[in-house]
Amino acid sequence: MNLSLLILLPLLSAVAIIPLKGAKPARVISLISSSLQLILAFALLYFYWNERSAGNTAAMLFESNYTWYAPLHINYHVGVDGISVAMILLTAFVVLAGILVSWNVEKLNREFFFLLLFLSMGAYGFFISLDLFTLFFFLEVAVIPKFLLIGIWGSGKKEYSAMKLALMLMAGSALVFVGLIGLYLNTNAGNGQHTFDLLQIAQMNIPLSAQKFFFPFAFVGFGIFGALFPFHTWVPDGHSSAPTAASMFLAGISMKLGGYGCLRVATFLMPEAAHQYSWIIIVLASIAILYGAFATMMQTDLKYINAYSSVSHCGFVLLGIGILTKTAITGAVMQMVSHGLMTALFFAGIGMIYDRTHTRQLSQLGGLLKIMPFISTVFVIAGLCSLGLPGFSGFVAEVTVFMGGWQNVDNFYRIATIVACASIVVTAVYILRAVGKVIMGPLTMTGGGSPLVPKGIDAKWNERWAAILLITGIVAIGVAPFWLNDLVTPAAETILNKLSSIVK
Amino acid sequence: MLNDFLYLMNAELLITIIIFILLFLKLSNEEWKNEGLLNFINILLVINLAAGFFYIPKGNLFGDMFHTSELVTFEKNLLNLGTLIISLQSYDWLKGHKHVPEFYMLLLSTLLGMFFMISSNNLLMFYLGLELSTIPLAALSNFDLDKRRSSEAAFKMIISSAFSSGLLLFGISMLYGATGTLNFMGLKAHLTGNSFQVFSFILLLAGFAFKISAVPFHLWTADVYEGSPVAVTSYLSVISKGAILFVMVSVFYNVFTPLASSWYNMIFLISVATMIIGNLFALRQQNMKRFLAFSSIAQIGFILVGLSAQSIAGSSSVIFFILIYIFSNLGAFGVISLVSAITGKEDMDDYRGFYKTNPVLSWVLAISLFSLAGVPPMAGFFGKFFLLFAGAGKGNYSLIVIAALNMVVSLYYYLKVIKFMFMDANEHPIQKIKAHWQPKMAMAICVGGILITGIASGAYNYIHSLLK
Repeated sequence: MNLSLLILLPLLSAVAIIPLKGAKPARVISLISSSLQLILAFALLYFYWNERSAGNTAAMLFESNYTWYAPLHINYHVGVDGISVAMILLTAFVVLAGILVSWNVEKLNREFFFLLLFLSMGAYGFFISLDLFTLFFFLEVAVIPKFLLIGIWGSGKKEYSAMKLALMLMAGSALVFVGLIGLYLNTNAGNGQHTFDLLQIAQMNIPLSAQKFFFPFAFVGFGIFGALFPFHTWVPDGHSSAPTAASMFLAGISMKLGGYGCLRVATFLMPEAAHQYSWIIIVLASIAILYGAFATMMQTDLKYINAYSSVSHCGFVLLGIGILTKTAITGAVMQMVSHGLMTALFFAGIGMIYDRTHTRQLSQLGGLLKIMPFISTVFVIAGLCSLGLPGFSGFVAEVTVFMGGWQNVDNFYRIATIVACASIVVTAVYILRAVGKVIMGPLTMTGGGSPLVPKGIDAKWNERWAAILLITGIVAIGVAPFWLNDLVTPAAETILNKLSSIVK
Repeated sequence: MLNDFLYLMNAELLITIIIFILLFLKLSNEEWKNEGLLNFINILLVINLAAGFFYIPKGNLFGDMFHTSELVTFEKNLLNLGTLIISLQSYDWLKGHKHVPEFYMLLLSTLLGMFFMISSNNLLMFYLGLELSTIPLAALSNFDLDKRRSSEAAFKMIISSAFSSGLLLFGISMLYGATGTLNFMGLKAHLTGNSFQVFSFILLLAGFAFKISAVPFHLWTADVYEGSPVAVTSYLSVISKGAILFVMVSVFYNVFTPLASSWYNMIFLISVATMIIGNLFALRQQNMKRFLAFSSIAQIGFILVGLSAQSIAGSSSVIFFILIYIFSNLGAFGVISLVSAITGKEDMDDYRGFYKTNPVLSWVLAISLFSLAGVPPMAGFFGKFFLLFAGAGKGNYSLIVIAALNMVVSLYYYLKVIKFMFMDANEHPIQKIKAHWQPKMAMAICVGGILITGIASGAYNYIHSLLK
């Protein structure tokens, strides 16, 4: 299967939108394109299983490698392993749901869908890249569309949030850039040649001093994308100001770029440094988990609630990466997928509520179950998944991380695990409070001062499909976690083999 | 000999012929309509550009005073391309101007000077070209004839460039005293790196830094850029800087190699100062031309990072970046010059709500600014990446960290303009602008260049192969 299709499809459909006039053709093309993306992602999964069950044990499958800038040894090199396949599936789910949810964007439809598709192209490209330059290219491709999406279609103090997000993410990629260049200059591919090729670098031993110097750059750089404490401050502002689909993309996909980068570039290529710095990562991740959870308790705006809880949940991803056991890393990847789906669902639900009531304040909402049963159910499911109820994906992922943490016999790791576990209680508090207030109780007749719209305002077809799609994903992982586990574990093993062959 | 002369100097001769055609047009009694005249000149410039690709001369002339090669021809072609784009863009401004032939005569004289400068193989020849390229530029700055700011700009320009030429000339004469020759190869053979030579080199460098407006020699830039007509401003910021940088690459890399370790430190300092100060000043600008002036100072800082690399990757990344810079900066100036020619508005605040009335122009400006900021998939991303990448090859990571963080700062002010255009509301936005096909064509070239040059690696690979 040709992986470049995943880049070409969104790109071509985005370009096809440009000459069109009016809202309708733009969204139809986007819908077709994103459905095809999902089909493509499933086809990829199918072919991937086929190859694996046929006994192909290569680290990466479906590789293709073209020279791009020959004098600088930059290649366009793509390929996938289990982790990338999982992330691609996640992206396809969130993109389709996001496009469905934004069916009725008020203004500038063409530009909106163009940017969404462009953003998805960046995400796919990032997940399939095996060349550090290509990877960095796609990482940055995904930044500016977010700025425009938030700044143009957002709400609240959107310009401030958009600028904050763009600058912080760009600062992150500046750090990544330094890390990557440092890595490149310390590779040795024979006769003093350097390489950007991820698989080749993985075979080499980067000098320890270089690793120790450049690991922080790469990890913190990617960490900013993945809401690493204390660089998480763009998350709440960015998410809450963004339009629904952009929030879904931000939390569902682009925060995962950071986690994936931390894993694939920083930890995989500089394992000794990752081992040495792991305690810092764990401390920061634990702070993010607890701090995020407590900060969420204080929020009164639904989007802020979900944004801060994202900080907390993404902490689990970094914790899993920091713990450096096979189970923990598998858990981290599962948490990325789970959180991506769950938070997209949550934001979709909030967006639907906001469209109808024109408020996101907890104090002004209440009793929505009576007039919009479908949306309320979606909201409850998202909440329950977020607090880690068994049967949904959140539980599976978090438990895997905890088990991975416990496997490490060092007391330090176990304490971190216990601290992280404790956050679940806090999560339960804020989720149940928010869900209870919004869904149950007497119906509040005012929404931001305007009388609530009469009955018959439940979800429309597009919103139903978006929600069903995401819930399917969440339940599929929650009920049958083994398929995702089987997909991710061998890849996590590869990453750890490199580590254990060097350390100890 | 005559054949050599005709072949090797074909680029210069063509420009000279065009200048003479314009001169005769001006001298004739006929009253030419500006539209027709401009189209005619643009056709001449297209022919001039095309001719550069047609025949690529190699060789030396006049006892090694003048030399040309594939690389030199490529650089001249780039300058030709930039001049053509500027000429197309200034159509609306020049349409109502009384002195079109004079404008082009002066413009092409500076271009001729730059060609001699790039082709020089001797400091004397270099100085000759430099002066030929500077003095007409001061006259050009004055071309908004009824504006006082414009003549003020011209005055500042002539004074400051006279000063910098003085420094340069002093440096050149001291070098002559130290080595007894002005020929580049002779200089290289006689340079030992003693302190007297380093001192004269510093004077030379100061002259260069003046022309590319690197900090601390940047003070003339903003006022001159603001006062001059937009066409001249864009010419100053792209073509004339580009030409000097071409010379710097060849002189620093081929002649002053014995002083390499000392000039590395100087370039390092100038580069850091230029990036930081250019960025800090650009943050606060309200006038679009001043804003681009300071942002172009910051860009020079990035270019110097690449120049400091002292490797083939360094020189090719600098030349590659200038190619991209021509497209990106001229794309931005194209929109600004159109808006300024039709509405007279040049302030950043006027651009609020620009997207509502002029979506296409907004995208052109946005794409150009993204490219200047170094955002993929625009070519500027590749340009900046390669500059820093080459600079890192020297192993000095502090320079790269500073540069990478400066890229973030610069992103802020570029995004600010984007925010004004796309996100802010305005009661009196700039009206819908109907452009002629000439500026449209220029913008299409710029946008096409920005989108293609980076993704397609051909241009960089070609430049790299020329430098091998």
